[in-house]
Amino acid sequence: MTSKLNITRRRVLGALAASPLLWSAKVRARSGRPAARPIPSSGEAIPLVGLGSWITFNVGNDRAARDASTEVMRNFFLAGGRLIDSSPMYGSAQEVIGYGFRKLGRPADLFAADKVWISDGDEGRAQMETSRRYWGVPRFDLMQVHNLVAWQDHLPTLFAMKAAGQLRYVGITTSHGRRHGDMAQIMASQPLDFVQLTYNLFDREAEQRLLPLALERGIAVIVNRPFQQGGLIRKLERHPLPPWAAEIDCTSWAQFALKFIISHPAVTCAIPATTRVDHVLENLGVATGRLPDTVMRARMAAHVNKL
Amino acid sequence: MSEWWTYSLRDLLLFSPQTYYRMFELYNLECWPLQLFTLAAGLAILGLWRRGGSAAGRAMAAILALGWLWVGWAFHGHRYATINLAADFYAWAFALEAVLLLWLGVIRGGFAQTTSAKMQQRAGLGLFLFALLIFPLLAPFMGRGWAQAELFGLAPDPTALATLGVLLFAGARPYWMLFPIPVIWCVVSGATLWTMESPDFVIPLLAALLAVAGAGGLAGASRRDAQA
Repeated sequence: MTSKLNITRRRVLGALAASPLLWSAKVRARSGRPAARPIPSSGEAIPLVGLGSWITFNVGNDRAARDASTEVMRNFFLAGGRLIDSSPMYGSAQEVIGYGFRKLGRPADLFAADKVWISDGDEGRAQMETSRRYWGVPRFDLMQVHNLVAWQDHLPTLFAMKAAGQLRYVGITTSHGRRHGDMAQIMASQPLDFVQLTYNLFDREAEQRLLPLALERGIAVIVNRPFQQGGLIRKLERHPLPPWAAEIDCTSWAQFALKFIISHPAVTCAIPATTRVDHVLENLGVATGRLPDTVMRARMAAHVNKL
Repeated sequence: MSEWWTYSLRDLLLFSPQTYYRMFELYNLECWPLQLFTLAAGLAILGLWRRGGSAAGRAMAAILALGWLWVGWAFHGHRYATINLAADFYAWAFALEAVLLLWLGVIRGGFAQTTSAKMQQRAGLGLFLFALLIFPLLAPFMGRGWAQAELFGLAPDPTALATLGVLLFAGARPYWMLFPIPVIWCVVSGATLWTMESPDFVIPLLAALLAVAGAGGLAGASRRDAQA
């Protein structure tokens, strides 16, 4: 299985050199669709790997960089991706996503996830409308309260919008392991569809309380910072990948790290961000191979702890 | 932002180093051939200082004020604001510095007077020459290429450094109100470069340190002049 993947990878990279279009087509044909997991509140399945836009899509008015982001999006969708996540806090990222959709056309199965990030609850609707215009979508699928900012004000608005059919799912987010206590309280008391939090091989606090709570309450989990903005991979790459990683179809530390996250039963989707087409395809490819079971996950965590 | 104290500087960085430096490249292309004028304006400041006199001092302050106004409007307001949510605030701060330069330097005419603080004068001159002539070389020297060079009057760092230099070498007494914004900018810029792991982060920080120390020296010299 591993060698087969390697051959595919080599061919794919060769095809990239020849033509980005050809590369996309080959990936689609060879690797199949990424595995999906259902959103507990609806049963709708979304792929285990999505696309984040923090930093990577904040490229301002740089036309070449916007085109490069569009290429990442195009390959993401061609390889079976659906969920893109952004926020008004991410600079020009929302506009860049909208630019991509104007170039590519909006995929029919797009899962648009954004956030409301403003301390004045009365301004929430206006901010979400601005975000919607940037994206160029008729409505968002998921709207989340970013970093729990003014969540008491925003959540009633979001639930009302959901009831009115102006969005499909409601969520809250945190990152960097912050405010897990507050998040747990909101998860226990509010009818949330989604939570978004940081979880990776190094940041595993969510395993203690939030992930079990999400399972218990039937809340979908989006995982941000799966690679700690690249820092996690840079640390791991100082060491050789263990040979047994091949048992779960891993040929790189990035695959190893991402498989660890998406194999947690509470995790619905991880959203690595990237500026590179080869990375976005590698990320989605992770969801097409074998995933570690509980025993293997423990082995992975123990191995990384020893490094 | 809640629990803001738990965020590291790196968590607050909204853009990649590639995007940041590419911004200068696009900005330089947009501004060309303004670079030639700003270089000439920088050299003119030196000439005016050598000439001395009240009119020359007012002209120096006017050149600096124009530089701050341009950087605030064109760089922060129209370029940096596309990737940094805080850039609008920077634009206003740069505009305020321009107003202060116009008020204290042009209207009240405080530049180009002699100072007894020779060491500060030399430090200021060195800082100004570094900002004008050496700072643009950093980009090619660090492998980013000429297109991404940062120039006095166009980019914020060399404009702030050059202004601090002028304040040290051309002020009879320190105008305290003119120091905070360039010094704070140097700290902000140094922190930004540090989070991007750019080794030149030390330059604006050292400049800020030099300016604060120099201003202290100028204040002492000014007091001595007054007593004498």
